[in-house]
Order: sequence, then structure tokens, then C-alpha cells
Amino acid sequence: MNSDLNLLPSRSTSITEVGAGGGAVVCGKVSLAGSVSQRACVFCGSRVVLYPIADALHVVHGPIGCAAYTWDIRGARSSGPQLFRNSFSTDLQELDVVYGGEAKLERTLNKLIDRHHPKAAFIYSTCIVGLIGDDVGAVCKRVSAAKGIPVLQVQSEGFKGTKKDGYKAACEAVFRLIGTGDTASIGPHSINLLGDFNIAGETWLVREYFERIGVEVVATITGDGRVDDIRRCHGAKLNLVQCAGSMTHLAKRLQDDHGIPFKKVSFFGIEDMAAALYGAAEFFADAVLMERAREIVSGEVARIMPQLRAWRTELEGRKAAIYVGGAFKAFSLVRALRTLGMRTALVGTQTGDKDDYEMLREMCDPGTIIVDDSNPIELAKFCLEQEVDLFIGGVKERPIAYKLGIGFCDHNHERKEALAGFEGMLNFAREVHASVTSPVWNYVPRRARPKSRETTREGNAA
Amino acid sequence: METTQPTPLCLVSPSTTPSGGDSGDAPSGSSNPCKLCTPLGACIAFKGVAGCVPLLHGSQGCSTYIRRYCISHYREPIDIASSNFSEDSAVFGGRRNLHLSIDNITRQYRPALVGIATTCLSETMGENVPMMLAEYRAEERSLPEEGEAPELVHVSTPSFKGTHVDGFHATVRSLVNTFAGKTEAHPAGVVAPVALFPGMVSPADLRHLRTVFGLWGVPVSILPDYSETLDGPSWADYERLPAGGTTLDEIRGMAWAPGAVEFGCVLAGESKTAGAILAERFAVRHHRLGLPIGLRETDRFFGVVEAISGREVPELFERERGRLVDSYVDGHKYLAGRRAVVYGESDLVAALAIFLAETGVTPVLCASGERNGRLEPAILAAAPELAGKIQVLEGSDFTDISEGIASLAPDLLIGSSKGHKLARELGIPLVRCGFPIHDRIGAQRIQHLCYAGSQQLYDRIANALLERKQDGSEVGYSYL
Repeated sequence: MNSDLNLLPSRSTSITEVGAGGGAVVCGKVSLAGSVSQRACVFCGSRVVLYPIADALHVVHGPIGCAAYTWDIRGARSSGPQLFRNSFSTDLQELDVVYGGEAKLERTLNKLIDRHHPKAAFIYSTCIVGLIGDDVGAVCKRVSAAKGIPVLQVQSEGFKGTKKDGYKAACEAVFRLIGTGDTASIGPHSINLLGDFNIAGETWLVREYFERIGVEVVATITGDGRVDDIRRCHGAKLNLVQCAGSMTHLAKRLQDDHGIPFKKVSFFGIEDMAAALYGAAEFFADAVLMERAREIVSGEVARIMPQLRAWRTELEGRKAAIYVGGAFKAFSLVRALRTLGMRTALVGTQTGDKDDYEMLREMCDPGTIIVDDSNPIELAKFCLEQEVDLFIGGVKERPIAYKLGIGFCDHNHERKEALAGFEGMLNFAREVHASVTSPVWNYVPRRARPKSRETTREGNAA
Repeated sequence: METTQPTPLCLVSPSTTPSGGDSGDAPSGSSNPCKLCTPLGACIAFKGVAGCVPLLHGSQGCSTYIRRYCISHYREPIDIASSNFSEDSAVFGGRRNLHLSIDNITRQYRPALVGIATTCLSETMGENVPMMLAEYRAEERSLPEEGEAPELVHVSTPSFKGTHVDGFHATVRSLVNTFAGKTEAHPAGVVAPVALFPGMVSPADLRHLRTVFGLWGVPVSILPDYSETLDGPSWADYERLPAGGTTLDEIRGMAWAPGAVEFGCVLAGESKTAGAILAERFAVRHHRLGLPIGLRETDRFFGVVEAISGREVPELFERERGRLVDSYVDGHKYLAGRRAVVYGESDLVAALAIFLAETGVTPVLCASGERNGRLEPAILAAAPELAGKIQVLEGSDFTDISEGIASLAPDLLIGSSKGHKLARELGIPLVRCGFPIHDRIGAQRIQHLCYAGSQQLYDRIANALLERKQDGSEVGYSYL
């Protein structure tokens, strides 16, 4: 059926089947030219990490595209300022490219800062900024001095690496804010949440769990983020890193320079959410904290399990494909699907490393396809071969699933549903159940029974 | 009707700073753009050519962002390849990456055409893409297992020059310039198809145009035609190259067209368009029209088709026209004196303004992110009754549009879903049309063109006003 879908020979080492032997998944490379990768660029990595800092001005220095495509597309929420949801760009024109864009950048910054009074400004460099030789750092310094707020350059030229390099550039920009705020009032049982972006209020959900067990959350970076919180986050005693791919770099910087240890956690799925709470309680070696964590976990699990069990009876044995940005999310999803009785038949990421893929190989059942930096043709081929019932991915993967008559759950930043925490697990299960068991699949060509009108026609002919 | 002069008002936060956008002496960037980048337009146009895979020569992000943006509107798989520049390619040039991309696209997709559009990166580097493509062809890199090598076409789309609209038209122009006439002369005695360049309209509009010509019995070649590729049925298997699109043979044969029709009364100010090339190189009669929205512009279009084909407008369309007039009458009191803000691609804005003027609605503010000085003259040429009643903004962003808008007391907004925030702040309805529509199902099926499309727009506009009146009423009549 799918012999028609050709895979590129040079991509074969980035694809493996669990239980079929073979070497490590080749990963961490620049995407193959012409392969139609699902990845974006360095700028995207930076933009996605910093975007939710709500009271900062985010200015994209370059032609209009990069700013236009990232205007208010995400589900990251703020409990206060909405400044981050605007799209600000220097909108460079031909003459700026010829004569340089520094003057326009400075005018743009001055105007926007006067108008919006942000607490800080992030200036994202796009592809051509380096080529035309703009000294963005110098402009940032001048504007910062004139306006009295931090104006931070983000070195995110699209072609200078991969999305991961963009994460790092974002972490470096945030790190320059840290250490400038007052930490005097921060208590001993205090943490920062790194790498949760408050999609549909997820940071609020998770933050509340920690506060209920008696842990103070100093800064949420960057979900519902505030410049002043970030400035003082070096006063926290522990960093919990949720999106490990994007924020481990910042956690390491905080460890090296401020001596704050960090733990990689995940808030997706019952097991991982519980482990994150227990991990924090363990770290502070406080029996009361642990007792409260147990109470919360058992209470929440008891609350959501009956409904999960009901959905599970209809989902048991169904197969899923996962294609997401980072591997840590993929781990959680494999576990969460298992909670629902579903098997992962295809799992891939844009930015996983060798250890991540080994971990996935250990976690997944024999026969599961693992793939790094995939493309639409590969994903379609494997979805069809594995006969999956569900695809978990982002907007770019959605039409692949839908066109082939496969259910879909959006687990990317554009979504407007909270999928983290215990409440999020319930939402996740509801969404998976609603899509997988929808009656619409009875009518799609790949799964449909013969059309009734054809039967009639044959009947008439006979 | 009286018009109110706007006073500065900023909806984001109060300020005394003058208007944003590029309207001042010293341009200072964009706040919430009312335009997209040039390569996006190129990708949409390329998607309307049969068997074409668009390839962006630049960073990986450009293709991914544009894919995501377009997928959210059309809700179809939209595969766009990238030559995926690294730091090395930025230093040493992207020749190797470009060649490798074409190889890999050929292996994976077996396309009839690879449509190569540049980006700001490759343009700033001064990449000589035509030379690189000549070298590629000369090398005759054989991929025997993949069958025939694809055709290659290049369009220059620096995103620091123009908008997505320019990218779209430049691509159509490049396709015509590359392929038209590269075929044997049209056989005598067979009517050659009319060449139609509709501009950036919806897949449903393209299907309707096909239906119009089909029922009229006039052969037509529409470029681009993404009516199927960007709004296709559910699949049994993954279609690497979705069915549909203008074939290369159709583009080749445009040289023998009995006439070329090109929509866009703002585009009409450009000297080098696809239609102009057909006129210049192949002496094809070139008809430049506005987008056929409303009675006047559709009449003009149907008149041109009548003239080219020598066939009278079929009765069916006369009846559609009659129904549109009938509905203008039925709804005229609901629309009378209403004030609309229209924004988006300048040709769509112009066409909507001209149409609204027929219905009694005043398009008090007509705004576009494009800047060519032609929007206001284009509107007033077709709808002179609007002189002195409208304000026209070019090169504008949503901050410019929002400034002073409250004092215009608009009753509704008409445009893409990017105006939602503004409509919400003003508490007035937004009638969604154009591109992009990211917050509703069915963007690809919105009809705008000809009597039938205008009818749908008219009903939606009238109903949006009725709904607002009903929702705002204390009484809540169910009979209006």
C-alpha cells in the first residue's frame, strides 16, 4: 500500500525499530536539505522559550515574516500584562539591508518602550542581522542606558545552528537578568519552575500543587513569567526543569554561578506529576512536605481515576504515534498513553539526543518505530504501516493525521487545552477519547466500509 | 453622510506618541502586522501548480513557519522544502545545499516542478540562483530510479521588499515567463483556453470560477489553481503531490490564449504582471479587472468573458445576478448608513470597498499592509461615490488601524482573523474573509467572487449586523 512513499537513503540511520537491533539513532544533526523537516530554526527556539515573559517587550529585528508568524499564536497565558501577545518588528526594508538596521532598531525600541513601559526588552536577531553587520549589542546598551530597563540581545539568527541553539541563546538572555533582584524574603523551601510555559494555565495548576505542599515558587520561567521574579530567582533553593531540552542550559548556569541544584521533571501524566511532587518533598527532606504531597497525589488520583478507567475501556489496545519537539515530553506521553491502555507504535522528536533515544528504546514495546527529525512522508508511511489510531503532535502534524483518517491530540504550544498536572491528565484523556472514538472515522476512505450508494447501484444493476 | 475626522487613540495603552507603522518621516517598525512575508505568497502560488513542491532557499525556519501558518488556514498538509542553510552555507554560499535539496525533493516527491523562492537570507547574500539552477541542469545529475527530472523555476522573493502579495504575483509572473509559449502552436480550429490570473483568492473562489467557465462553455486555464491542492477530500493514502493544480502544459499553452484576464485593480498599476508578459511576448489581449465582488465588478468581468468568447452570459448567471440585486433590496435598511473597517490585501480591500458602496455601507477605513500608493485611486476609480467619505491607509499595521478607529464609530470589521482583538475591544462583529483565518473552520471554503460569492458575503454582512442588533436588544425579538 505504501511502497509509493520513498524514504531518503541518508535518513535511514535516524530511524530504528525497537527490538530489531541496530545501532544508536543518529541525531543532533542539522536537517538534511530538501527533506521537509518538521523543525524550525534558531530564532524559533529562542522565541518559543522567551515568548511567555508577559511584561517584557519582545522585538524581532529583521524583515516582517519572523514576527508575523509568531504573533499571538500560542496558548501561553498571563495572569496580568498581555504585552507579550503583540508582534513587534523592525520590519526591515531594502534600504535598511543596504545601509544597516541599527538606526531603525533604536527608533523602534525607543518608540515602543515609551508607549508600553515594559520591565525589560528582548531583541531577537533574525537571519540577516549578522550579515548586514548591525551591532545590536551596542544599540541595546544605548537604549538600556537611556530608558533605564534591561534591553537584552538574543542571538537567534535562524541559520546559526538548530532550534536547540535558539534555546541556549534564550537561556543566556534570561540569565543576564538573574541576580539583579532582592532575595531577602525568599524562604528555605523554595523552587523555580523552569520550562513550563503556562499553556492554557498549566503553570497555575502545577504551581498550586507545590504551594499546597508548602513549597514557595519564586519564579516560573517562563510561563506567566515576570521580569522582577526572574531577577530574584537565584534566591530559590531548587530548580525543577520541566522542558529539559530548552531549559537545562539555564538550570546549569544557575547551578554553576549560584549553586542551585536542579532536577529534571515532567508534569504530564499521573506518574510523572506525582514523581515531581515527591522529588521536591524529598529534596527538602521534610516529612510534612512529603505527607502533603502524598495527600495531594492520592486525593487527585482518586478523583480522576474512575473517569480515566471508563475511557480506558474504550481505548485499550489502541495504537498511537507521537512526534513532538523534545524527548522529555515524549517519555511522559508514552507513560500517559499506557495509563489509558494505549501502545506507542511510533515515537519521534525534533531535538532528542542519543541518550533520549536509548531511553525511548527501553520504554517502548518491540516493533515501535523511533525516529529523529522526521518529515511528512516518513510520518505518514509509519502511521499507515503501524495502523495507528491517534497522533500526538503539533499543528504541522495535524493534517497528516487527519488526511489519513487518524485521531489527533495537539500537544504543542499553540494548543488552548491544559494537559499538565492531574487535571491536565483528565483533559488529555478526554481529548484522546473524543478523537479516537469519534464516529467520523467510519466515513474516511482509509477505514470506511464500501459506500452504501455503490451497493445500491450494484443492486439496481442486478 | 457625515464623516468624522479621527482623533489619535491607542487601544493598547494610552500614549501621546504619534502613529506607528511606516507613516512617519523616520520609519520605526511594525506593531501587529497587516501583511506577511514575500516567500509565503510564493509558496501559496506554487501550491497551485500541478505536481509542484515549493522550495525555500534559506533557513529551515522559513519553510516551517510558513507551513504552519498556511496549514492553520487551509487545514491541509502543505509540504514546503528548505535548502536549510547552516553557518557554512552563509559563508560559502548555498549552491551545494540547493542542489542537494532538489535531489532529495526529487527522490521523495517525484515532482513535475520544483518552485524555488529565495528568502531574506539568500537574497542578502546575493545568491545567484538562476546560475545555480543552470549548473544543476548542466550536471545532469542522474537519478535514474526517479524517472524524469523535474522542471525548475525560480522567483526572487526577498522578504525585505514588498509583502506576501508581491511574492504571490512575482511567482505567477515567473511561471508564465518561464513556460508560456514553450509548446507547439495551438491546433487550428480548437478554441484555446482563456488565461485567468485570479490573484490570492480562496480555493472555493477558484472552484466557482471553474464552474462559471464550465457552465458558460468557455475553456479556461487558471493560474494558480489550488482549489483542490489546498482544499482536497479525505485520503486513502498519503498523497505526496495532492491532486489538482494548473498543469505545466496549461501554462505553456497560455501563449495562445484568446485573452488574458487578470484580477486586481491595485495590481493593475504594475507594469510587469503575468498578463502583461502574455500581451508583450505573445500579443494576448490583456484585460485588467478588479476582483469581481459586487454587481459592478462582476458585470465588468462577465462582460469581458462575453467579449473574449463571443458567447452571451448564460441565463443561470443572470438569475444569480438578479437574486443578488433582490437581496440588496431586502437588506438595504439593515445596511443603510452602516460603517465598516476593511483591511487586508489591497486588492481584496479595494474590491470589498467597491462592493460595500453598492449596498449602502460606507467603508470608512480601508487599510492594507502593502504600500504602493494605488489603493485609494483604485477604489475611487470604481466607486467615485466614496470620494470624501473614506480614509485609506497603506503600509499600515494593526496599531495604525486601531488608532482613531473608535472615533470613526464603525459597525463592523471585515477582514482576516487578525482583526479579532480589535473587534473584541470595540464590541463589534468581525466578518471573516481573505487570509489568514486561523480561528474558524472553513476558511478555504469562504466564497468572495462573482454574483454567487458576493451573495454569500452580503448575507454574512447583513446577518452580522442583524445578530448584533438582536443580541443588543433588551426585548430579544425572534422576528426581525
